[in-house]
Amino acid sequence: MATERERRFAGPRRGQILFALGFVALSVLLLTQIGSQTRWAERTAFFSQPRFWPAVGLGGMVLLGGLHLKRLPWRRFTTADRAELRRWASVLEYAVWFLVYVLLVPLLGYLPVTLIFVPLLAWRMGYRSRFMMVVSLVFAVAVVVLFKSFLGVKIPGGAVYEYLPGGLRSFFILNL
Amino acid sequence: MDLLLSALEILMRWDVALALLTGSVGGVLIGAIPGVGPAVAIAILLPATFSMDPIVGLTVLLGIYGSSMYGGSIPAILINTPGTAVNALTTYDGYPMTARGEPRRALSLAYSSSFFGGIFSVICLILFAPVLARIAPMFGSREIFLAALLGIILVVVAHRGQALMAGALAAFGIFLQTIGLEPVKYSQRYTFDQPFLQGGINLIVVVLGLFALSQAFVLLTSEDEKIRTTRLSGGSLFQGMRELTRHPRIASVSAGFGVIMGMIPGVGEFTAQFMSYTYAQRTSKRPEDFGRGSSEGLIAAETANNAVPAAAMVPLLALGIPGEALTAMMLSVFYVHNVVPGPGLFQNDMDFVVALYIALLILNLLVLAFLLVATKSLIQVVKIPNRFLGVCILTLSFVGVYSLRNSATDCVLAAVFGVLGYILKRLSLPAVPIILGMVLGGIMEVKLRAGMARVKTPLDMIDRPVSFILFLIIVLVLVTHVRRLWLDRRDLKEAEWLSNHRSTSFGRLLLRRKSSFLMERGKVQRARRLKWYRRLMDLF
Repeated sequence: MATERERRFAGPRRGQILFALGFVALSVLLLTQIGSQTRWAERTAFFSQPRFWPAVGLGGMVLLGGLHLKRLPWRRFTTADRAELRRWASVLEYAVWFLVYVLLVPLLGYLPVTLIFVPLLAWRMGYRSRFMMVVSLVFAVAVVVLFKSFLGVKIPGGAVYEYLPGGLRSFFILNL
Repeated sequence: MDLLLSALEILMRWDVALALLTGSVGGVLIGAIPGVGPAVAIAILLPATFSMDPIVGLTVLLGIYGSSMYGGSIPAILINTPGTAVNALTTYDGYPMTARGEPRRALSLAYSSSFFGGIFSVICLILFAPVLARIAPMFGSREIFLAALLGIILVVVAHRGQALMAGALAAFGIFLQTIGLEPVKYSQRYTFDQPFLQGGINLIVVVLGLFALSQAFVLLTSEDEKIRTTRLSGGSLFQGMRELTRHPRIASVSAGFGVIMGMIPGVGEFTAQFMSYTYAQRTSKRPEDFGRGSSEGLIAAETANNAVPAAAMVPLLALGIPGEALTAMMLSVFYVHNVVPGPGLFQNDMDFVVALYIALLILNLLVLAFLLVATKSLIQVVKIPNRFLGVCILTLSFVGVYSLRNSATDCVLAAVFGVLGYILKRLSLPAVPIILGMVLGGIMEVKLRAGMARVKTPLDMIDRPVSFILFLIIVLVLVTHVRRLWLDRRDLKEAEWLSNHRSTSFGRLLLRRKSSFLMERGKVQRARRLKWYRRLMDLF
């Protein structure tokens, strides 16, 4: 049965101890590097030292993160924690999708990659009807036209655009 | 009058008009889709606004911020799911109204209350602007440092029950902003000799990761919900204004709470709503109706949250200190255009400030007109499936991160922060302290260095009236927080004693037995028992 302290804890139990341990471990690791990663300047006031604010940040992380870890009402890993860790790992798949998209845009161009990426990811997510595929394609075209052609955000043209004939090449580089 | 005319002159441009229209319509649409929210939209659009004039870019972002709550009330009322987080209280009374067949009345009341809240706060701030212009120059480096410190402390203590972790995350934000080349002594800080870290970690990369990418991950790993929308019936969309005029006290007090809470960094919509809802319930003739479709409850919730956006611009414009994540993002628009918000803005560019407020005023009118006409069609956006929405946000996040510097490294960093944001969401931990730690940490570093250069001892930091008042407020906030922690602890102990019927600790049980054995009374008791035992044994 859950104790009063567990009942009053704000948030779910699963994963809390994992996160708190990881956070404190990373903070301690970074704090141990403060001597080599920051400099103590001679003839400089204490509050103006380049080391002062990293020390404030890391000190706060270690102290407050440590107190949070100490005050957690649980001390053991459970199967729920392991399941939660797997759940966190599952989003790495979508992070990889995102990074592949990022790497392909400068090679194949924004419009072609978006036209492939959106329907493919929609297909992966289980939207396989013709209607959803059309919606995905329309969305892909709309995003490219709105941001690159209309708002003029800085996204470079794809390397393959270089092989297009003169006028078409500059049009593609500028707008698509 | 001249000020008003010059402010209007700033707004009389076709691109500003287009920005107003886009911001208002886009904000309503974004608010109406549960799972997107203004933070995601602003994070994605932020780099796109860098190429625009400050007034145009800020109008788009302000439009999204101000109008998303209008849109957020639609799913809150019709399907019991708040469109944005701040519409959660709207579901309490909005959905019961829909359940009893009055969705149109509930929507109309929500729109009218939101409109009143928005207009009330803008008018308050236009009237308040001259006072602000007089107060703002009293803020030097020391005062801005203390105000930023107060902002961080308020954000941390506002997360009740999670203050320690919120503080640790704010400290993480402070640490993140120190990474890179230190601008005064030109020394590297935590770059680990990596070239991509020398320029520091960009705020927008972190914002996009923590808000947009993490939300995409949440949606992509969730299940699609079956949504049944209700047919609009029960009253007209125009009757809300009439009904609102019957509750002028609740509307104006709630809007007042919104304005005051909006101006205090780190407090924002939730506290304003909570206070106005509690006030409305306490002073109502029918408090039992609250939570069951009370019009007063709906008015209190919607008026308070819509009064906040304009008020939240006050610390940003007057002091350059954002009080929450959305205004922190807007600060970067100012920086990109070399417009430094703060006392100087009020002294030199007052027309710009007034123009922003007038833009907010027009925005509220546009949103109301749009909603009265387009509510029926807007209901359809609620039906967009969750995971497809995740695909859309992931695609749009690319524009936000990549267009910043065309850097793949930024995208990798954003993905890392996206995973961190996802973990924080799963654990119900706040991401906002990281953003405010980054922004306010940077401000504190610069202002403390400048402030300390002008004083002999640290105590001189508080020898001016404004700085002393700020210091007293900081002490008061900390004392109040410690007192609340102490009361919570006492309450917890009492609850533990009530629920425990036997000793929870074996060590303590042994200690109690040992004390009992050693105490004089214990010895006497044992001797007596032993005497009776001997007598009993003597019988046999």
